[in-house]
Amino acid sequence: MSKKISGKAASKTTDKITNRIDNISRRRFIVGSAAAGSGLALGFSLPFGAAPASAQGAATEVNAWVMIKPDDSCVIRVARAEMGQGTHTGLAQLVAEELECDWKKVSIEQITPGDNLARKRVWRDMATGGSRGIRGSEDYVRQSGAAARIMLMQAAANEWNVPVGELTVSNGVISHAASGRKTSYGKVATAASKLTSPELKSIKLKNPREWKVAGKPMKRLDTADKVNGGKVFSIDLKLPGMLHAAIKDAPVFGSKVVSFDDSKIKGRRGVRGAMKVGDTAVAVVADSWWRAKTALDALPIVWDESANGKQSSAAIAAHLKEGLTSNDAFADTNNGDALTAIAGAAKKVEAVYSLPFLSHACMEPNNCTVKIGADKAEVWMPSQNAEASLAALSTASGVPLAQCEAYNHGLGGGFGRRGGTQDYVRQATLIAKQYPGTPVKLIWSREEDQAHDFYRPIAQCKLSAGLDSSGNLTGLHVRVSGQSINAWLAPHNIKDGKDRRQLQGFWPEPHDAQIGYTVPNMRIEYAMRNTHVPVGPWRGVNTNQNGIFLECFMDEVAKTAGKDPLEFRRALMKSHPKHLAVLNAAAEKGDWGKPLPKGVYRGIAQFMGYASYSAAVAEVSVSSKGEVKVHRMVLALNCGHAVNPATIAAQVEGSVAYGFDSLQSEMTVQDGRVSELNFHNYPIARLAQMPKIETVIVPTYDFWGGVGEPTICVTAPAVLNAIFAATGKPMHTLPLKHQGLTLI
Amino acid sequence: MPQLNINGRSYEVDVEPDTPLLWAIREQVGLTGTKYGCGVAQCGACSVHLNGEVVRSCVMPVSAVKPSDKVVTIEGLSRDSSTRVQKAWVELDVPQCGYCQSGQIMAATALLAKKPKPTDKDIDEAMTNICRCGTYQRVRAAIHMAAGTGKGGGSVIHMGAGPTGDEKVAVVDEQSAGQA
Repeated sequence: MSKKISGKAASKTTDKITNRIDNISRRRFIVGSAAAGSGLALGFSLPFGAAPASAQGAATEVNAWVMIKPDDSCVIRVARAEMGQGTHTGLAQLVAEELECDWKKVSIEQITPGDNLARKRVWRDMATGGSRGIRGSEDYVRQSGAAARIMLMQAAANEWNVPVGELTVSNGVISHAASGRKTSYGKVATAASKLTSPELKSIKLKNPREWKVAGKPMKRLDTADKVNGGKVFSIDLKLPGMLHAAIKDAPVFGSKVVSFDDSKIKGRRGVRGAMKVGDTAVAVVADSWWRAKTALDALPIVWDESANGKQSSAAIAAHLKEGLTSNDAFADTNNGDALTAIAGAAKKVEAVYSLPFLSHACMEPNNCTVKIGADKAEVWMPSQNAEASLAALSTASGVPLAQCEAYNHGLGGGFGRRGGTQDYVRQATLIAKQYPGTPVKLIWSREEDQAHDFYRPIAQCKLSAGLDSSGNLTGLHVRVSGQSINAWLAPHNIKDGKDRRQLQGFWPEPHDAQIGYTVPNMRIEYAMRNTHVPVGPWRGVNTNQNGIFLECFMDEVAKTAGKDPLEFRRALMKSHPKHLAVLNAAAEKGDWGKPLPKGVYRGIAQFMGYASYSAAVAEVSVSSKGEVKVHRMVLALNCGHAVNPATIAAQVEGSVAYGFDSLQSEMTVQDGRVSELNFHNYPIARLAQMPKIETVIVPTYDFWGGVGEPTICVTAPAVLNAIFAATGKPMHTLPLKHQGLTLI
Repeated sequence: MPQLNINGRSYEVDVEPDTPLLWAIREQVGLTGTKYGCGVAQCGACSVHLNGEVVRSCVMPVSAVKPSDKVVTIEGLSRDSSTRVQKAWVELDVPQCGYCQSGQIMAATALLAKKPKPTDKDIDEAMTNICRCGTYQRVRAAIHMAAGTGKGGGSVIHMGAGPTGDEKVAVVDEQSAGQA
């Protein structure tokens, strides 16, 4: 399948669509179109040649990434997933920049993992997480754009029998000044496609300072059908004869189904049956999701509660607290002798911070459609890793990988939830196996989505600092105690029992998530304290917790030292010029030190993650009733190269909203299960709560950093430090309701 | 069989009377621009207009909708994304993932029908839909743009230029940021 994304609104009627198998091309289009009148949304696999009107005109593949049509329009293929972060547009800008095509004629096509596999992974990694969408593919997509340009120009040179060096190209038009001849990409694409591609690594790419398309705030290529209901999300897919499934997994993590009484739902209209899915879940299949869901609600299910049924937030907190002083921690950083330095310091500061589990709460609940035919298995899903979806389909269906295909729809949110953990694809596959040849769409209810997340891990942190008589920081001891994502999802990443990932942002080595401070005596430790609750990457992952721990504590230490929080930090950052430059940019644009209206206070924070440097200034007031209002936030980011400033701003703004979860939300555990099953008790930031946000982009053009995640790690600490400034009370336990405060 | 008037057309929907309007629209009528988000009227992804009022269709049983009631969904706003709200949404590139945007646009459209020149406070009160991507700043700006109150500008971007990151930071005004 290929998702067609173009500048046109996808609201045109698609009349008859023939569903044929094309043995020559494995390319497919999914055609999602709200047909005028009936409003029918269609999702069909089409051979390439039978594309609808909007995709007419045979395209020539110049190379795997670039297809050119006779009308000079360019279809740029993308492998990474689009979940709102703007990666598709950014990748297209990078290809188009080197291709020298007409940006106004660019559209995007999402490749499938089946195609990628069949073509020996010519499109490489499809996984989209860790803010790697751009920085993890910028080199080969730019090289491929340049290679296509070289081939297209060579084809023109061959046709005119002139040296290619005499040709120039602009907006897809190739010119030969000496003879006054001109041609266009559409005219030479077929000839170009027959040429041998230059070696990608030998291609000299443009200096980013000379970019014309990349680096500019181009409008997104995928907006049009998001304003008229035309975009077909996975949850919207319709296939002929489709059945619908609702599911309930064991409320207590790890417990198993003992029995269910399907006599209670026999005879309900449209209900096809109930079934066990794996050891832990029960699904009901019906002719509509609402009928499946209501039948499932009426179905008595007995689970073995297991020992996990006795778990609670209080027990988990005690487990983590023990890790703050236990002897089993490992020190990832151990410079000098922090413990002795602190013990002998003129002044000491100590604090314990505590942060809860959080849920991803993607707006589109987990869902997918699976069809298992005689010799083929297919899944339509929202996925951050379509190859992982394909693998899950193959494993759960028993159909060989080469006979599987996965069609990735743009996701209604991802945030780390829908990468390697393809639990919903596995479930839907097991259900669809019972209905061979019939597509079955599984949709999780919001309650199911909240109850079975891979949550942001719970963590506590004990920090101690020693100051000399002049208020200089001489010793810093950080002990993180919390649940390990690797232990749950990827134990092989834990070397010798040491899980460095949990200390993201505290790392001493440069380039990725380096601590920005130099302290003569510094010890940073992690004590792994796992629970029965599933955990996984959550936008920003461990930089969220570690950013709050370190940056809020720095303000406590600065206060004890009697110093301004900005000046106190600057003094420790002389060996970290990039961290410092971003902090300074935020401070300058955030008006640090300048007068504020009465009752408004500022907080500042800086941190690093995903190879990018972030800092923020927040302006906050706290009313006598404990109402916290964030008025303004200024966030600065050095992501190396800024491929699309407008998208970067959107991501920064989004990171503020998502980061507010740290201030107002928590998932708690009672009787082994989570309690916050919908948005009435898992608050999500609303428009009225948002501050005015300003984005300061300070690229240094000497590295490639991420964008989607970096700034979330400074959002909460900047706000919390402003609350500390306003109230004099450090925010040790979150969310804010535990401090008697409410975010308004 | 319950009868619904949706986007000016009548439909007989084969559902039990307590089925939420949302699921009749999505599964029986086949209009999927209206989204399921929470099922408890918290998020607003399911927002539609009922006789001109914005309602959350996930908690409204079909039995509560009369055949003469006029239901308008996102697909019924215009055939070509031509309402002022939709145009402002495109102009400012409001959507990120896009999942909640049908609901946001329905809520904004209803707001402007009542208050053609809404204040920020009006927007705060009317726009309670959840957007997990956090498009709120551009939602607010797009409503102002659609209202013609001259308060456009979605994102505020200060663009630095220096190779060391410590050069003077230049200001790109908010108007040019979303356009190219």
